[in-house]
Amino acid sequence: MADVPENAPQHCPGTGSSDAGKGSACQGCPNQSVCASGAAAGPDPAIEEIKEKMSTVKHKILVLSGKGGVGKSTFSAHLAHGLAEDEGKQIALLDVDICGPSIPKIMGLEGEQVHQSGSGWSPVYVEDNLAVMSVGFLLGSPDDAVIWRGPKKNGMIKQFLRDVDWGEVDFLIVDTPPGTSDEHLSVIQYLSGAHIDGAVIITTPQEVSLQDVRKEINFCLKVKLPIIGVVENMSGFICPKCKNESQIFPPTTGGAEKMCSDLGIPLLGRVPLDPNIGKSCDTGKSFFTEIPDSPATLSTLIIQSSSIICNHVF
Amino acid sequence: MRKRLSSMDTAPDGSNLAGVRHIILVLSGKGGVGKSTISTQIALALRHAGKKVGILDVDLCGPSIPRMLNAHGQDVHQCDSGWVPVYVDQEKSISLMSIGFLLERPDDAIVWRGPKKNAMIKQFVGDVAWGDLDFLIVDTPPGTSDEHITTMDALRPFNPMGAVVVTTPQAVSIGDVRRELTFCKKMGLPVVGIVENMSGFVCPHCTECTNVFSKGGGEELARHAGVPFLGCVPLDPLLTQSLEQGKDFIKEFPKSAAYSSITSIAQQILDGVTQGS
Ligand SMILES: Nc1ncnc2c1ncn2[C@@H]1O[C@H](COP(=O)(O)OP(=O)(O)OP(=O)(O)O)[C@@H](O)[C@H]1O
Ligand SMILES: Nc1ncnc2c1ncn2[C@@H]1O[C@H](COP(=O)(O)OP(=O)(O)O)[C@@H](O)[C@H]1O
Ligand SMILES: [Mg+2]
Ligand SMILES: [Mg+2]
Ligand SMILES: [Zn+2]
Repeated sequence: MADVPENAPQHCPGTGSSDAGKGSACQGCPNQSVCASGAAAGPDPAIEEIKEKMSTVKHKILVLSGKGGVGKSTFSAHLAHGLAEDEGKQIALLDVDICGPSIPKIMGLEGEQVHQSGSGWSPVYVEDNLAVMSVGFLLGSPDDAVIWRGPKKNGMIKQFLRDVDWGEVDFLIVDTPPGTSDEHLSVIQYLSGAHIDGAVIITTPQEVSLQDVRKEINFCLKVKLPIIGVVENMSGFICPKCKNESQIFPPTTGGAEKMCSDLGIPLLGRVPLDPNIGKSCDTGKSFFTEIPDSPATLSTLIIQSSSIICNHVF
Repeated sequence: MRKRLSSMDTAPDGSNLAGVRHIILVLSGKGGVGKSTISTQIALALRHAGKKVGILDVDLCGPSIPRMLNAHGQDVHQCDSGWVPVYVDQEKSISLMSIGFLLERPDDAIVWRGPKKNAMIKQFVGDVAWGDLDFLIVDTPPGTSDEHITTMDALRPFNPMGAVVVTTPQAVSIGDVRRELTFCKKMGLPVVGIVENMSGFVCPHCTECTNVFSKGGGEELARHAGVPFLGCVPLDPLLTQSLEQGKDFIKEFPKSAAYSSITSIAQQILDGVTQGS
């Protein structure tokens, strides 16, 4: 996986490439001589530093989807809440969606700022045993856009993994943006020395979403990231008035169930479209404590998934 | 990718967009809000209004447009002036370029960092032989990063008409879309207007309307930001179905819930063009 410095030209072959310093794009690049000397080709020293840093973090789980808006952040946040129900466990939630950080809002932490401590950035705590980090905590106003190309996003992710004072953690949950690009490659590359337990993949039932999610699964296979399982979100909507079910996002090609059986990966469960879930995200409240008896099975699923995840990682 | 197409250096820079009259970008900070949906529906509605429309899909990791227009599996060919886009209909009134046409297998993942994505987008902007178009609609991935900056940089010489910004009504989505509006401002891209998608679902069993993703956020954001509000598109299962099967929703379901809002959005775009010229 190539690393591209921030000041590199458009078609930089990457510092790790055999063309580094020699490609046509390298003409005039300030790093050309360093790259040509081969000095930059070694592995990024940050990988080793992150491995060291992560030695106090027992388990690392990524939440992924090829498709946007399917509920990655919703699931990540509630999985973190769910795991943190056990007061004996220390949970950390890291948001690497640099351009669209939703975790501060969903966790009810909007407007919070990150503080500098002696040993790095200290995350924001929702509870004593639940720490959160997001680029949202570094922005001055809700209108601030993070208009960054890949290398700058990668630099931020490196800092999140290397410079945040996470302390002793049982589970680190990483929420990601949709796709298979810089952010995903960077998290996986930077954590390559530290071992990632696996990924939970989120989808909705319709083919427009599944076609992107299959790509994400192929991505996981390509980078040898184990898949813990798939969650089908927004499957079916129960009318609050007449209690009949409608398929707003219909599983026209068999939904997540068919995809999972075709690909031989576990389906962790389904969560219906439930306006209460949306509300609890908008108001930043934990679905567990606020709406424990809502018809949505999100809490049930979280409980199941956490036990599957615990079994998977132990 | 199997079907590697060579870059065309015969055509002088930009000549391929010379016959394109209006360029519209469809943007959102948030994923899954319906950018590709709104892109295809605006294209179909403009086509029904007699316009010639092209769609450029710069979502490289999640190209949805080919399936939504039932064009998946087709090939892009090369001609003297560049890549020939895929024509969606017999009359050749909608043409389409997407990375989906360049994949060997439909499930292949494009695992590219920024620089490679940028190179592909530059080719998409420069090398597709669109011919004469009334409108070119550019569908984008969510966010404000490489794809967006590169697309804007490449299109700037052609003075895009502006951005249609899509959101869903809930706060989680509005938050990201506020940031997208800042992006438009910084890039000097006018905002044609905001579309609130997926607002309200009418139960087919009892006709009760539920605001599955709340309601009104898009309109409020438009007011707050001082940009036009183009309208609400309800959650409509007939629309989802049409997109799954690649059917022409505008032609087939003129009585459905989403039809009038979509055609009104297209009409506002047409009005904007006549006023502007
Ligand atoms: N089962 C559900 N029922 C109702 N609303 C839901 C459900 N799951 C998620 N939502 C809502 O859908 C919206 C999108 O969810 P979320 O932000 O978690 O998606 P995401 O995959 O993280 O999106 P992005 O790709 O933009 O990061 C949120 O407003 C969330 O509250
Ligand atoms: N108004 C709507 N009614 C019903 N389904 C919709 C509506 N808008 C979008 N969808 C569905 O939501 C899903 C996500 O939309 P899509 O256009 O792919 O979003 P994006 O391009 O922003 O990721 C698609 O399956 C689409 O068919
Ligand atoms: Mg998210
Ligand atoms: Mg899309
Ligand atoms: Zn009903």
